[in-house]
Amino acid sequence: MLLLKGARCIDPRVGLDAITDILIRDGSIAAVGADLPVGDDGLGTDRPLIRDLSGRVILPGLMDMHVHLREPGQEYKEDIASAARAAAQGGFVAVLAMPNTQPVTDSASRVAFVLDKARYVGVTRVHVAGALSRDLAGESLAEIGDMYKAGAVAFTDDGRGLQDCGLMRLAMDYVHQFACPVLSHCELESLVGSGVVHEGIVSTRLGLAGWPAAGEEIQIARDIALAELSGCALHIQHITTAVGLKLVREAKERGLPVSCEVTAHHLFLNENDLNATYDTNLKMNPPLRTTADNQALQEALIEGLIDVVASDHAPHAAHEKALEFERAPFGCTGLETTLSLLLTELVGLEKMSYQRLVECLAHAPRRILGLEEVGIVAGSPADLTVIDPGVRWQVEAENWQSKSANNAFIGQQLQGRASDVYVRGIPSMIEGTVCDV
Amino acid sequence: MSTLSSQHLLEIEDLSVENIDHILSTAHSLMEINMRTIKKLPTLRGRTVVNLFLEPSTRTRTSFEIAAKRLSADTINISGSTSATVKGESLVDTAQTLDALGCDIAIIRHRFAGAAHTLTQNMRASVINGGDGCHQHPTQALLDLFTMREHFGRLKGLHVGIVGDIAHSRVAGSLLPALRLMGATSTVVAPPTLLPARVDLLGATVSYDLDALLPKLDVLYMLRIQQERQARAPLPSLREYTMLFGVGRRRLGLLSPHAIIMHPGPVNRGVELSSAALATAKNLRLDQVSAGVAVRMALMYLMVGGEKKNAAA
Repeated sequence: MLLLKGARCIDPRVGLDAITDILIRDGSIAAVGADLPVGDDGLGTDRPLIRDLSGRVILPGLMDMHVHLREPGQEYKEDIASAARAAAQGGFVAVLAMPNTQPVTDSASRVAFVLDKARYVGVTRVHVAGALSRDLAGESLAEIGDMYKAGAVAFTDDGRGLQDCGLMRLAMDYVHQFACPVLSHCELESLVGSGVVHEGIVSTRLGLAGWPAAGEEIQIARDIALAELSGCALHIQHITTAVGLKLVREAKERGLPVSCEVTAHHLFLNENDLNATYDTNLKMNPPLRTTADNQALQEALIEGLIDVVASDHAPHAAHEKALEFERAPFGCTGLETTLSLLLTELVGLEKMSYQRLVECLAHAPRRILGLEEVGIVAGSPADLTVIDPGVRWQVEAENWQSKSANNAFIGQQLQGRASDVYVRGIPSMIEGTVCDV
Repeated sequence: MSTLSSQHLLEIEDLSVENIDHILSTAHSLMEINMRTIKKLPTLRGRTVVNLFLEPSTRTRTSFEIAAKRLSADTINISGSTSATVKGESLVDTAQTLDALGCDIAIIRHRFAGAAHTLTQNMRASVINGGDGCHQHPTQALLDLFTMREHFGRLKGLHVGIVGDIAHSRVAGSLLPALRLMGATSTVVAPPTLLPARVDLLGATVSYDLDALLPKLDVLYMLRIQQERQARAPLPSLREYTMLFGVGRRRLGLLSPHAIIMHPGPVNRGVELSSAALATAKNLRLDQVSAGVAVRMALMYLMVGGEKKNAAA
């Protein structure tokens, strides 16, 4: 038994926001309240371990529903074990693995490989998204039903947009029978071409090929229309533009099964952060957009139009990011900074409540993916994230749990970070130190 | 030590108006050297200049090589086909290797934007951007400014029309900000498919009507059009391009009598300029080539060979 004492516990789903205690027994929350009866069980064997967490904030365990584990195939960038530790360091109890591994996670055996390996590694709960199309080639359906039976909870060709409209319709029709969402990376390749940065100020200044906002928005509009046609739940990944948000708003107002996510880098960085140093850690897909988009995304997140914040954790080795900007791979790491960025830029500045934070990092991802709910309530799995809101820290170029250091926020001062993480009542991080299992 | 405000020249914005004036005036006095029988100064004796040209280039590489040799530097040419990059070496490693070999000035031409910046992070040498992707080609802008100033005696108030593929032109990427900095006015003329997203940021206005613009220009600056046939080409045909934006006998007649024609080369004869437009005395493209040597000599001289008393000041 474990008793977490003295922290401010917040779970909007049960209307909880109070300094109270949480009693954990056998991996579940046994009770929540002040002065819990935790005394001797009469046999002298059931005394709880007590942790005083005064000054901390406890939230339902956070989940990152957009993570590239890189295993199998690119273990030099990241593997399941290092990603699991990075997740714990960043305050997450669970992640959703994207299927663009090598080989692609497009069959039941490959789904099973990731789930088995993650179970062996422990530390963090790993869920798996299977590929929509075989080998992510966008030509024919992958064995979606078999992957579903093996435990895949969502389907996506993330990393690429699915170009063929007819195939996307087939995929959404087909996935619909399993009541799973299709996660859509929206990128119209015939329009985006070789674009590497937002088409506008930065493409002009740096002489780089533009990745126009319309290349994303056209596919958002298409996929919303297909969600209506198929009835399949659609989750727009890493949305970046104000126009895209309008499309999502209109779809939601019409009652369509549409949700969306935003990354920390699209919330807080924009094209003006790119300059003549050609920092490849700022090369993203979709690209960093405009200051006006930053503003629209933040407002939409606070309002609840954006359902989820996800990291799109995309580790790449130093030698890959040291290439010329146009040759370097897209993406940045985010597991270890996303929560702190939200705490620093939104919650700490009182632009967003902890309640919204819990919604977008804990409840919404699980609801969208149809996963077991977690909460600060008796009977829930004891998946908890403990935050130290007072700690100030600087994002450093090294010392990551992730194998890769391609973070977009290096040098930035942040306030607040996860101090402890519990997964099924077992700590994956204690006082900022990730626990070896 | 450099007498310029920056150790490197990666973008034209690295230079101040004073720097540019200084380079152009120095180049003016160096032009005289290039007329002599013995075209040699001892300024860079014992210094090593590396020409790292990882993309095909004849004109710029030769110009830099001649400039360095006339200043008595030891020059080394490394081209794409002879470099270790064909063996898979990264630019970072190439730069570190050249640094270990020891060089004072590195000039880089590369097909990717930002390559010159990568060199500065991995070498102690002064780095000159000899053209990086679709980004900038600052020494071309300097020699173009020089050519205009030699001809008109000033830059301020000149109206320069740049015609052609602005979107993919590193020449325009440097020349437009340079003209703005020096007080000249620019208009770009191109189909919208060959314009960057925010050409206004480069300080130019846009026109699609070359005939209407020609009489107003002091300088007509023509760019080359990529000949390569490609799927989804930005033009229906070169024939149509020439009809809309090429300059031949008829359009020559629309130019004001005092106007000049410039071109960074290589020219696609018969596409952007007809043989008549190349043959006219108004066409200063070969003056630009000569100016290139003097301007590059001036730049290297001021970068590493400048007078010590200036450097200390």
